[in-house]
Amino acid sequence: MNIDEQSIKHVAKLAKLSFKENEVRQFTEKMGSIIEMVEELNELDTTDVPGTYHGITIDSVMRDDVAQQGTDRELLFKNVKTAKDGMIEVPEMLDNGGEGA
Amino acid sequence: MNFETVIGLEVHVELKTESKMFSPSPAHFGAEPNTNTNVIDWGYPGVLPVVNKRAIEFGMGAALALNCEITQETKFDRKNYFYPDNPKAYQISQFDRPLGTSGFIEIEVEGQLKNIRVERVHLEEDAGKNMHGETGFSYVDLNRQGTPLIEIVSEADMRSPEEAYAYLETVKQIIQYTGVSDVKMEEGSMRCDANISIRPIGQEEFGTKTELKNLNSFNNVRKGIAYEMQRQEKILLAGGEIQQETRRYDDTTGQTVLMRVKEGSSDYRYFPEPDIPPLSISDEWVEKVRTSIPEMPKERQIRYSQEFGIPVYDAEVLTATKEFSDFFEETVEKGADPKQASNWLMGEVSGYLNSEHVELHDTNLTPTNLADMILLIEDGTISSKIAKKVFRELIINGGNAKELIHEKGWVQLSDPAKLLPIISTILDNNPQSIEDFKNGRDRAIGFLVGQVMKQTHGQANPGVVNKLLNQELIKR
Repeated sequence: MNIDEQSIKHVAKLAKLSFKENEVRQFTEKMGSIIEMVEELNELDTTDVPGTYHGITIDSVMRDDVAQQGTDRELLFKNVKTAKDGMIEVPEMLDNGGEGA
Repeated sequence: MNFETVIGLEVHVELKTESKMFSPSPAHFGAEPNTNTNVIDWGYPGVLPVVNKRAIEFGMGAALALNCEITQETKFDRKNYFYPDNPKAYQISQFDRPLGTSGFIEIEVEGQLKNIRVERVHLEEDAGKNMHGETGFSYVDLNRQGTPLIEIVSEADMRSPEEAYAYLETVKQIIQYTGVSDVKMEEGSMRCDANISIRPIGQEEFGTKTELKNLNSFNNVRKGIAYEMQRQEKILLAGGEIQQETRRYDDTTGQTVLMRVKEGSSDYRYFPEPDIPPLSISDEWVEKVRTSIPEMPKERQIRYSQEFGIPVYDAEVLTATKEFSDFFEETVEKGADPKQASNWLMGEVSGYLNSEHVELHDTNLTPTNLADMILLIEDGTISSKIAKKVFRELIINGGNAKELIHEKGWVQLSDPAKLLPIISTILDNNPQSIEDFKNGRDRAIGFLVGQVMKQTHGQANPGVVNKLLNQELIKR
């Protein structure tokens, strides 16, 4: 897999990060060598090794559907820049982009 | 050039659980903003999401009802995006091992039956709600954040707005029967996005599709798709190209407007959710859920027509909702004649529900008191005219049909000893009618029956009155 400046800029945009041009160059180089290292794994013969989706081989635990009261709003709002009438104030959103994405 | 439209729908359905998909905070409507959330919903560092067992069960119920196969080795994935309605900056969803796959449902459009395939049914969590202010700010309520959702993705099997509408109605009805969701578009517990493309008739390859959002009612789905078809056709006929993009339906103008150029799936940088290990669903669990799914409307309709001789249209009305259909069946179980039960439910009951804008469970009518009332009509204790009064009383105030008619003195007058004096007086007062009768005018009888009914406030048994009147008239 080839990492070029274009792909670094694209990922940065998706992550809402902005970099200076020299930072982009540095990241391109670093990411490139990281990917190269990971690609070394391809040399392993995994023909008979079953695929996994998770690092640990346990089955997930589930909980019963019992509701517990939410956390105090004022406590959660300590990390909110501004709140108004119990709502979190954010810069205006122009579309309903995330909703039920 | 003639075009064919290709439509696929993505339907989101909110599951009716007590708590959220991955956190124990309440999944209820109508609380004060931001009070039904906790640190897991907010994605605070170090928190651990744990899967809600009932949400899996509900999701399986929906998937099985849509004839899907259950993926028994399933897992959750992170879908990454930044938006203020989701403070975690990712949604826990399912990517490559969705809970259900390869389903189908049968729809009917203008008498034509057609199978629409369901590609997948997967579980995920809902986002919060945004309110748009006018001061350059938006406001977020995270109560909905984390509510369990299923996303039902159809194959691109629909070819017209009418088919899309029929598909949506059928999905709604099926899910509603499983009881896992309220499936109300107007309340947001069912939401729909549409993927639309057009291609010249005869062409195999699909055209470039656009995704249509904000289709918040059944009619908007139909209208939005119809508008989008025309918009794409105009572009192609003018030699243009369709852009892959997300558009929003604006129901004030009836048009679709560009929201954004669509991200590809890779832009969401899906990866396996590290906090939730894969999930194994046992055969027993699948079978348990399968057997708990109630009989679906199509099967009920066939049974009603075969067992009870109820016409197809009537059977469709009776099975419109599970509540209505269950009510009908219980009324029959309590001894009412199926055709009578059907007539009352489709007539007086529906009329009342429509005029009062309520549903059956909001009224005091029960299968028992409706069945009792129908039996009282059948054995002649009350007339069908009085029954309408009894019915209103039962649906508004409830109670026992038998007790009610005795209490109100509504029992039908069938005793000749009580009816004869009334009939004699009426005959004495209407010599012209006797004359008419003797001259062979049948209408006279009708008039006289009417007089007796009036005199007895509708309580006289019309059959008995008819018989007695005939006897008395001949005597005169």
